[in-house]
Amino acid sequence: MAEASASARALPAYDEDVVRWFALAAIFWGIVGFLVGTFIAFQLAYPWLNLPVEWGTFGRLRPVHTSAVIFAFGGNVLLATSLYVVQRTCRVPLFGGPALAAFLFWGYQLFIVLAASGYVLGITQGREYAEPEWYVDLWLTLVWVVYLVIFLGTILTRRESHIYVANWFYLAFILTIAVLHIFNNLAIPVSFFGAKSYSLFAGVQDALTQWWYGHNAVGFFLTAGFLGIMYYFVPKQAERPVYSYRLSIVHFWALIFLYIWAGPHHLHYTALPDWAQVLGMTFSVMLWMPSWGGMINGLMTLSGAWDKLRWDPVLRFLVVSVAFYGMSTFEGPLMSVRQVNALSHYTDWTVGHVHSGALGWVAFVSFGALYYLVPRLWKADRLYSIRLVEWHFWIATLGIVLYITAMWVSGIMQGLMWRTYDHLGFLQFSFVETVEAMHPFYVVRALGGVLFTAGALIMAYNLWRTMRREVREEEWLPSQLGALRVARPA
Amino acid sequence: MIRHETIERRGLLLALLILITVSIGGLVEIVPLFTIESTIEPVQGVRPYSPLELVGRNIYIREGCYVCHSQMIRPFRDEVERYGHYSLAAESMYDHPFQWGSKRTGPDLARVGGKYSNEWHVAHLVDPQSVVPESVMPKYPFLRERELEVEDIAAHLETNRLVGVPYTDEMIAAAAEDLRNQADPEADHEALLARYPKAAVGDFDGQPDRLTEMDALVAYLQVLGRMVDFSAVTPTQLRQ
Repeated sequence: MAEASASARALPAYDEDVVRWFALAAIFWGIVGFLVGTFIAFQLAYPWLNLPVEWGTFGRLRPVHTSAVIFAFGGNVLLATSLYVVQRTCRVPLFGGPALAAFLFWGYQLFIVLAASGYVLGITQGREYAEPEWYVDLWLTLVWVVYLVIFLGTILTRRESHIYVANWFYLAFILTIAVLHIFNNLAIPVSFFGAKSYSLFAGVQDALTQWWYGHNAVGFFLTAGFLGIMYYFVPKQAERPVYSYRLSIVHFWALIFLYIWAGPHHLHYTALPDWAQVLGMTFSVMLWMPSWGGMINGLMTLSGAWDKLRWDPVLRFLVVSVAFYGMSTFEGPLMSVRQVNALSHYTDWTVGHVHSGALGWVAFVSFGALYYLVPRLWKADRLYSIRLVEWHFWIATLGIVLYITAMWVSGIMQGLMWRTYDHLGFLQFSFVETVEAMHPFYVVRALGGVLFTAGALIMAYNLWRTMRREVREEEWLPSQLGALRVARPA
Repeated sequence: MIRHETIERRGLLLALLILITVSIGGLVEIVPLFTIESTIEPVQGVRPYSPLELVGRNIYIREGCYVCHSQMIRPFRDEVERYGHYSLAAESMYDHPFQWGSKRTGPDLARVGGKYSNEWHVAHLVDPQSVVPESVMPKYPFLRERELEVEDIAAHLETNRLVGVPYTDEMIAAAAEDLRNQADPEADHEALLARYPKAAVGDFDGQPDRLTEMDALVAYLQVLGRMVDFSAVTPTQLRQ
């Protein structure tokens, strides 16, 4: 007894309330985002689902889906995990205390609500993944600065001599997103009391600024930040150290240096000057290497612990996410080659590529982290049900397979149909014939979305029971059960 | 030679080095676009949008049309045959923001102007499947019902001038009048057409006595790709 309380005193009192809130918000917004995504997928298959109200069309709901999954689900996962990880790896509570952390939480949720309500009301900048208008952008800037102060402040007041590798990635994510957000949203409002603004840049300059932002929202929000998750949660769940320290240094600096250059590959064969397109392509291909450096470091962390994959579905989520990361970071450089892009651009292939990264990598690593976090944050003995995690894993994986294979086929098929000539030298297909040909694949894709969402609902149920500290009796070998339990200081 | 351990022990140094590392690529790629003159080769005919077209464009953005329609024709044989001459940088030089798009769930619209009649556009926007049965586009019947409400159109033009669109004082002074007149079949369009050459004028939405959002959107669609006269330029002039 005395020993237990002594060791408890030795640990600083971490601020876990805010981490719990962010975890809850992530689960909630994740399900909202997946539901909206599945709904708009069905709208493309069955257009009568575009509701006969202004806010019910694909055009207005699509930004709700993208923002909900990227910024609301992904963002809350990043905030939850980064604030959890930075306290433990620095061995100090959050800089600024609970009040500042509470402002960060509510400020970020307000940003999400302001952004999403704007989209359905038709308030948008018309820039993909940067749709919120100027007043929402200003608010997010303030919230983000608070995030930086809390995160960097915690690092600067740390009791560990070194800054752990996961924190490098989180810090790069926070800083770069700030830079991207500010420059891509430079705009002048028509009036102080109105929502409408006009972007500072036009045409070709505006296009490259937007895709410099857009691609690095992927590179820093959905990659660097989530690599931070990988670097903490994979070693924790596998109970193995990170494979290579040297590799993590090399791929960190190479990744953040190269990613920034890759934006122009979204503008191949457009009116963007060729030199910029070629630069973007070249750096995108080079980016393959540091991306796989991260994948190798994550996967090889399992050296000597591969057997755990057989019975630990949480670890399986984490490892399969890294495998998907490797796959989509191979596909990305391939699609950035101009000649390949000539076929893939404007088609569903791009949509499929994004989703292999978003569902396979971002969402799976998030699920793994949530399964790790919730029992620890709510002081449960273990997850309510390991078997339900198994179900989640396989249902979601099947959903991803349906999704990306449908999009590969539809994207490549449509790209080829657009450029097909008949034997007399006329275009073989009218545009609408290529739309008609997409229908079966849009149905399959939507079913993939149904499966993926169903998996997330299973997770929400499982985590809710876990929060109530309930345990479902399931048969496990004693040694396995031991490993799945939450380790507590003696 | 600085050891990585040094960086790992100093949070501010780490933050500074990250900022420098991520700045280089953006600076090298974006800054020259503003300084190299050949980025946008000047073409005759590109002009600021008329007030009605500008408002129509804002409706286009509001409804998220860019999510499914590109406005950027690539220089491929099939695209040029399907949509028309490939897009030039100059054609979107007054577009705040650009609307090149990234996905063609529907066809490219960069040169849709003049391709279909106003009646077709209205019928198509109200119920796309009535004219294209296989279409997956949503219906927009409310555009025809909603009166166009823009109280501060001059402020919109002024804001555009602030970000670089060459609206003249005359254009701004006449903005409210031009907004109404362009869709009014009874109005005198001479001054408007002098300010905004090649603008489509007259009733758009089939309701001559009303000025609706449909009028604005169709006026915008009908000017897309129409400003530059490609019959008058030689291929060498367009090389970029």
